[in-house]
Amino acid sequence: MLKFVGKRLLMMIPVLLGISFVLFAIVEFTPGDPAQLILGEGATREEIEELREEMGLNDNFFVRYVRYVVDAVQGNFGTSYRTGKSVVDEVLPRFPVTLRLAFFGIAGAVIIGIPIGIISAVKQYSKLDMVCTITALTLTSIPTFWLGLMLMLLFALKLGWLPATNVENWTGYILPCVTLTAGTMAMILRMTRSTMLETIRQDYIRTARAKGASTRRIVFKHALRNALLPVITYVGMTFGIQLGGTVIIESVFSVPGMGSLMITSIRMKDSPVLMASVLLAAFCAGLVNLFVDILYSYIDPRIKSQYVKG
Amino acid sequence: MEKKKLLEIRNLHVQYKTDEAIVHAVNGVDLCVDEGETLGLVGETGAGKTTTALTIMGLLPERVGQVTEGELYLNGVDVIHAPEGQLKMMRGATASMIFQDPMTSLNPVIPVGDQILEVLELHKKDKMSHSEMEARVDQILEMVGIPAARKTEYPHQFSGGMKQRVVIAIALACEPLLLLADEPTTALDVTIQAQVLEMMRTLKKELNTAMVLITHDLGVVARICDRVGIMYAGEVVEIGTVEDIYTGEKHHPYTTGLFGAIPDLTKKTRRLNPIDGLMPDPTRLPSGCKFHDRCPHCMEICKTAPPQDITEGSHTIKCHLYDKEVQK
Repeated sequence: MLKFVGKRLLMMIPVLLGISFVLFAIVEFTPGDPAQLILGEGATREEIEELREEMGLNDNFFVRYVRYVVDAVQGNFGTSYRTGKSVVDEVLPRFPVTLRLAFFGIAGAVIIGIPIGIISAVKQYSKLDMVCTITALTLTSIPTFWLGLMLMLLFALKLGWLPATNVENWTGYILPCVTLTAGTMAMILRMTRSTMLETIRQDYIRTARAKGASTRRIVFKHALRNALLPVITYVGMTFGIQLGGTVIIESVFSVPGMGSLMITSIRMKDSPVLMASVLLAAFCAGLVNLFVDILYSYIDPRIKSQYVKG
Repeated sequence: MEKKKLLEIRNLHVQYKTDEAIVHAVNGVDLCVDEGETLGLVGETGAGKTTTALTIMGLLPERVGQVTEGELYLNGVDVIHAPEGQLKMMRGATASMIFQDPMTSLNPVIPVGDQILEVLELHKKDKMSHSEMEARVDQILEMVGIPAARKTEYPHQFSGGMKQRVVIAIALACEPLLLLADEPTTALDVTIQAQVLEMMRTLKKELNTAMVLITHDLGVVARICDRVGIMYAGEVVEIGTVEDIYTGEKHHPYTTGLFGAIPDLTKKTRRLNPIDGLMPDPTRLPSGCKFHDRCPHCMEICKTAPPQDITEGSHTIKCHLYDKEVQK
């Protein structure tokens, strides 16, 4: 198992290299001159040329890419073109904000979505199931930004219970997290319900019933572990993506997270910041994926035996 | 000494109700099984064999499957009207069931030992300590021919025949009075079939368990069963001892057809000799005798009046052909 984890961690190196290369090439092909950007509109041609030379922008593409990678490995991601601060200082304070948002958003979705999905499946076609299914369908159909704005109108403007935008203390996280939870929760609910329904029709569930097991025992001991695999994949993927920033929610609630940082840096052609944030997002997604795979192997012995063999 | 009746089914009717149609799966089945006896149930796919077995276990699919008529007593318990709690006590302890496909009958994420242990935990908790139960798991695994050391392994580490042995171990762990085996060997290859059947026969004798063996295979029935019931379109058309069915002279035309369909290895025949036609659609059953449109001896009365059971000793046939003999 340890060998498997080590192998997977090593495999992340080529993945990150690949991503950085593609990213570097895209930035290269987009129009705009960093030297011009830093010096502003009033700079003369000589000044720009001088700065370009100084920054090494006149070198060959591959030379610059290798230089970037070598620097990055040593923890130097350059300085922001926009603010002149070190990229690490730009990105790091924002990451915990996004992490909190994504974590509580997912946690809420899992805590609400999975149990309700199970109940919904076990009591298929009951009134409760109808209500849950319709609610879930509604929530998945509502655009996130609209839901966010409505919640903001209600709780911040009308009732004045919660702040609309400030994430200085925890109350500011409630609205963005709830908005984020709503959509994910609805998806998790629907997935749990459908995989659960599929699982409780399996032959081994009938075997368990023939043993005299109660419905509760069948659901929790026999069906749940089998039904949760696809749900875990979905949760892992969504969490991985959200760690890279939840752009819409961050813009609606003006949350200073990774998503808004990425958008700003794209708009301002602040390529060092962009590169670093995308790489961080990719790294997180890779870690979450690895974690999900390890979790998988504990749930399903068939998968574990594949890992151990390989 | 007369043997005690373990299972009594009288005039059982079961329907599956779906949005499109009502499927008449079982239409008036009468059966009884004595303690320690083995009854074979033979018939085509869709004859209602599995549905009968599921009804005995109280395991008809919820909402869809319904008993519309009839009585069913298992060891004195009225299964059709018993509350779920009582059925739970019964399943696995009084009666247990072996399902057709061992590949899917075991939970893939639970070690096989724990799956056997579970049935003991559910029924013998007050009588056995945990270590006694563990010992019983080892013992029953050895009985079905699997080394006890393999109990921590998962189902995917076993072959099909081994899995079916585990399923049998689960079914026999609590020494039930009745074992329902629903085509236990159909999914296995022929050599494994023989082994599994031989094992089931030995275990049955050791534990004195009664068994209902559902199968397509008349050869298997001849080897294991005491009595045989032939099912067609949800009815038992003929029932009797193995001798009655295999060597007797009078038969239901369907039974004759079934035996006629077995190829004879000693004769040169170019084609198999099947029964013409198909099983009737269970949503629209024919009037009168349900076999009449395929029957080579069909008479006018067969098309209108359902035949009655005609009993001679241990042998019962449901056919108009023998009506006159009774009147004589």
